[in-house]
Amino acid sequence: MTEKYIIKQLSIFSENKAGKLAAIAKIFLDTGVSIQAFNIAEANNFGVVRAIVDKPEVAFNEFAKQNYALQYTDVLAIKMKDVPGGLYEVANLLGGLGINIEYAYAFRSGEYGALIVKVTNPREAALKIVEAGIELLPAKDYNF
Amino acid sequence: MAYYNEKIETMPKGELAKLQYQELKKLVTRLYDSSAFYHKKMDETGVKPADITSITDITKLPFMKKTDLRDNYPDGLVCVPHDDLVRYHVSSGTTGKPTVVAYTQNDIDLWSECVARSLVSCGIGKKDVLQVCYGYGLFTGGLGLHYGGEKVGATVIPASTGNSERQIELIQDLKTTVIACTPSYFVHLIDVAKKMGVDFKKDTLLRTAILGAEPWTDAMRRYIYAESGVTAHNIFGTSEISGPMFTDCSELNGMHICGDIAYTEIIDPKTGEQLPPGEKGELTITVLKKEAIPMIRYRIGDITSIIEGDCACGRTSPRIDRLQGRVDDMLIIRGINVFPSAIEHALLKNPYLTSHFMIEVSRTGPLDDMLVKVELKPDAMTDSITGLMEMQMRTERALRDALNVSAKIELCPPNSLPRFEGKAKRVIDHRVI
Repeated sequence: MTEKYIIKQLSIFSENKAGKLAAIAKIFLDTGVSIQAFNIAEANNFGVVRAIVDKPEVAFNEFAKQNYALQYTDVLAIKMKDVPGGLYEVANLLGGLGINIEYAYAFRSGEYGALIVKVTNPREAALKIVEAGIELLPAKDYNF
Repeated sequence: MAYYNEKIETMPKGELAKLQYQELKKLVTRLYDSSAFYHKKMDETGVKPADITSITDITKLPFMKKTDLRDNYPDGLVCVPHDDLVRYHVSSGTTGKPTVVAYTQNDIDLWSECVARSLVSCGIGKKDVLQVCYGYGLFTGGLGLHYGGEKVGATVIPASTGNSERQIELIQDLKTTVIACTPSYFVHLIDVAKKMGVDFKKDTLLRTAILGAEPWTDAMRRYIYAESGVTAHNIFGTSEISGPMFTDCSELNGMHICGDIAYTEIIDPKTGEQLPPGEKGELTITVLKKEAIPMIRYRIGDITSIIEGDCACGRTSPRIDRLQGRVDDMLIIRGINVFPSAIEHALLKNPYLTSHFMIEVSRTGPLDDMLVKVELKPDAMTDSITGLMEMQMRTERALRDALNVSAKIELCPPNSLPRFEGKAKRVIDHRVI
């Protein structure tokens, strides 16, 4: 029942060099894939580009074809009120449920905000979150 | 003029050749009888101990190479009873297997005497305080200089490597007169001393440096003298022949290879033909008196030439010029020999890497930096930055363990490093010596 909340994020390995992001963005352009949310994490000389897109399989296949190292990562999108305290409400609840966030990034969609979270066990976490009465955005809103 | 062993060091060349012949004959006869490895090698070449009738007959004997040590790892070349061994040293090999060298007490004594003769030829004696900043341990540099220094009666400080400010303090407080280290490290120490407000010329008694384990130039010798007032001598040696052994004398014009201990040849690396003095080729050394692991016509891989003519110091042993490169792709990183094949071997053990890599060597500061670029396998990708950094660190550890020298690892995307058709050129050396 929580499967619908599992969003397939693309995690793409990239060198930390000028022009590398443009090369990745070009692949999204060429495949006609639309980016819903996006984030770059960097370490030393490399980075991991994390993207939530409308057609993950299309993008994944093209990146793989072009020899990128990438993988799918299951993440959750938690709906946040776009008011002061919106993040606090969500973070406080996750803390109360004992759910540790490995990383998170936020974006705004329409009138509300959304917090993308990577947690250790997303299916179990999704169940707890829904039971606690917080709204999770279903994958179909992002990965069509 | 001071000598450590005047009779031998100034022996007329004809007599020296006779002595060399006698030692070679003894050595070859012993090896043919006691070493399965060398017996087989001589049989394959079709040469018997009886064929050696003068020192020039040495060209009839087969060569030895580093691969012989590797293939007989760890102790297949030892040809004395194990009870007679008193020490091992270990250096990095051409692949994953290190090179092991073994010593009897006589081997240690001979090595120490050789270093002692060299130190005396640099004007070093009882009055001197010798600070040895080569690594102590499996590497031969530290203990080699240490034993030689004690033999000439100098006061030896086993400072080993690292902690530069402490080294400067020791130089000042213990009134060091001689330092032994790599040339790049000494240049580094000059800089560190300046930052500490220490002027080597005025504030210390340091006047002599014994520099080796990596290539350097006469220009660097002049720079060192101008900056520190220290006269820098070149020292040569490699673990297979014992360790550091031979230096240039006070004439600073080539390193004397003690003729009763070692026989020097320069050969054409392609044909194996012996080359005349003055011509550049591959340095090949026979250690005439080594017991535990004798080395006959050992191809060291360094390119140099024999310097013609007599030396004004009175020593009759031949001299070799500064090392001018390698016949193979061996790199010298902070004084440690590193073979790209050994790097490849260590990298291939990591299941998350492809087999492609590049080595970039630079000297941004005074010390060498080695960067090894490796490729992540597509299926090893993880979303976790910590996981990727752990792969990087594990690879760094694996290389450090295999090479005895640290390298920085750069994780690169799959298919991003150059592919080679034919011989791979994996090393980019930015260093200007």
